[in-house]
Amino acid sequence: MKEEFRILSATAILGYGFPVASFEEGMKRNPHLIAVDAGSTDPGPYYLGAGVSFTNRDAVKRDLELMIKAGVERGIPVVIGTAGGSGGEPHLQWNKEIIEEIAREQNLHFKLALIHAEIPREEVKKALKEGRIHALEPGVDGTGLTEEDIDATSRIVAQMGIDPFIAAFQGGAQVILAGRAYDPAVFSALAVAQGYDMGLATHLGKILECAAICATPGSGSDCMFGYIGDDYFRVEPLSPQRKCTTVSVAAHTLYEKTNPYILPGPGGHLDLTGTSFEQDTETTVKVRGSKFVPGKQYALKLEGAKRIGFRTVSIAGTRDPVMMSQIDNIIQGVKERVADNFSSKNWNYYLNFIVYGRDGVMGSLEPLRNQPKSHEFGIVIEAVADTQEQADAICASARSTMLHYGYQGRRATAGNLAFPYSPSDFHCGEVYVFSVYHLMDVEDPAAPFSIDYLQL
Amino acid sequence: MKTKLTDLASVIRSKNSGPYELTMDIIFNDFDGFEKVRKAKVINEELVCRLYNIAPKDIVGIVEFEPAKAIKITIRRPLCSGNLGETDVYGAQQHAPLLDLEVDW
Repeated sequence: MKEEFRILSATAILGYGFPVASFEEGMKRNPHLIAVDAGSTDPGPYYLGAGVSFTNRDAVKRDLELMIKAGVERGIPVVIGTAGGSGGEPHLQWNKEIIEEIAREQNLHFKLALIHAEIPREEVKKALKEGRIHALEPGVDGTGLTEEDIDATSRIVAQMGIDPFIAAFQGGAQVILAGRAYDPAVFSALAVAQGYDMGLATHLGKILECAAICATPGSGSDCMFGYIGDDYFRVEPLSPQRKCTTVSVAAHTLYEKTNPYILPGPGGHLDLTGTSFEQDTETTVKVRGSKFVPGKQYALKLEGAKRIGFRTVSIAGTRDPVMMSQIDNIIQGVKERVADNFSSKNWNYYLNFIVYGRDGVMGSLEPLRNQPKSHEFGIVIEAVADTQEQADAICASARSTMLHYGYQGRRATAGNLAFPYSPSDFHCGEVYVFSVYHLMDVEDPAAPFSIDYLQL
Repeated sequence: MKTKLTDLASVIRSKNSGPYELTMDIIFNDFDGFEKVRKAKVINEELVCRLYNIAPKDIVGIVEFEPAKAIKITIRRPLCSGNLGETDVYGAQQHAPLLDLEVDW
């Protein structure tokens, strides 16, 4: 029987923090690997498109300082996946600078591997021509990618699987900083390279990527430990406050997934139809039977975002029941007045009103849209246009028009809106949308991801 | 007899499953409640369409996951996350209609 492969997962997302006591508890278990996932598409397309991290620099540095210091001192590899939250080139460079700073300040010397995950537009266009781009099913408008869409996209990343990580380990890296990566690969790659089962390692990686979220009570800012054996894996929380139960671990398998039995990823899918969850000790859970099923064709998931303009918003409220009863008519009237006001400009803009207290949270999914019970509405006036100045102008015009709009039955002729702030309008800057969310067939799963080595 | 879903389930939540889908998890207090709701087919297409004001084609799947005593509903997002008109980028506040649900046995 082989020794168990031991993995310390620091936190759910790099920068979310973890208690030092939990981390030290993990280090006592002599991990073969310290790893963390740093990314998510959840915060939306802006961060990918604009090349900005959604996590805070000081918080990321704090987490990495503890991880890198512990790893380098004991010769344990440290792996970070989806640097800077989105894993594009600016995100990777941002995180690299933090690591260089830590190495300097702590006088640490080690070999750092940088794995790049941005895919040049020309490569994606070539793949499109060769019929290697596929829609991710089921997607709403994930089909019909065109060359024009690719040209308009600011940044495209591909989610790497385990192969680039294995190459970086073979290249002698002590610390691996990767661009966009399939979350479990950060945890599973070294175990798979050492002969542990891909299905078990991947499923464990799926759990460890959210660290202590799979425990009860769950937490996004605490460590978690994983062990892989011949035909099982185990998960163990590192804080005495937490337990893993069969239900807490199984429930995590549902999280943010479409179908908990079939989980697609780079190169195939994880099949959990034969998976069993067993209470191992009072706080640990043992899992068996998870299988990795290779696909006929290795495909990488591409994510891309494009800039569509600039946004300005104004935040206001109304407490007037007459105004509230007519809100649709008023919004319609304001939109018409604004359109008329700027009709000579030939501007391309979007003007939207989010009405909190009616359907501000659920939009078209709101079943109670026509029976609001609120005594007040919050209103966000949003303008998106080709330039910030145009967005400002549209938002200001909509705001002042709504403030003094004369609707049917109005008593309050001094003003229709309550503004909490002066100034009332806010620049939100660039607006991005997801423009690529597709699969790309590749022959070599490592080739699209080049690796640089730095001796720090 | 009517029972509130909130009396049977300890977790009722929603979240994006990628930017094009929204997934709701109902995790029951115990296997008994899970089995009863499953057998009675309480969580069905018609109910989901009514609760979310959507057409059956917008339902990606309703899946029972026994190990977690859970039922999962996945629907297409009305908009890709972050598109113009978005109201919930993370999709974390779309579970509320399930909280009001009463199961009529």
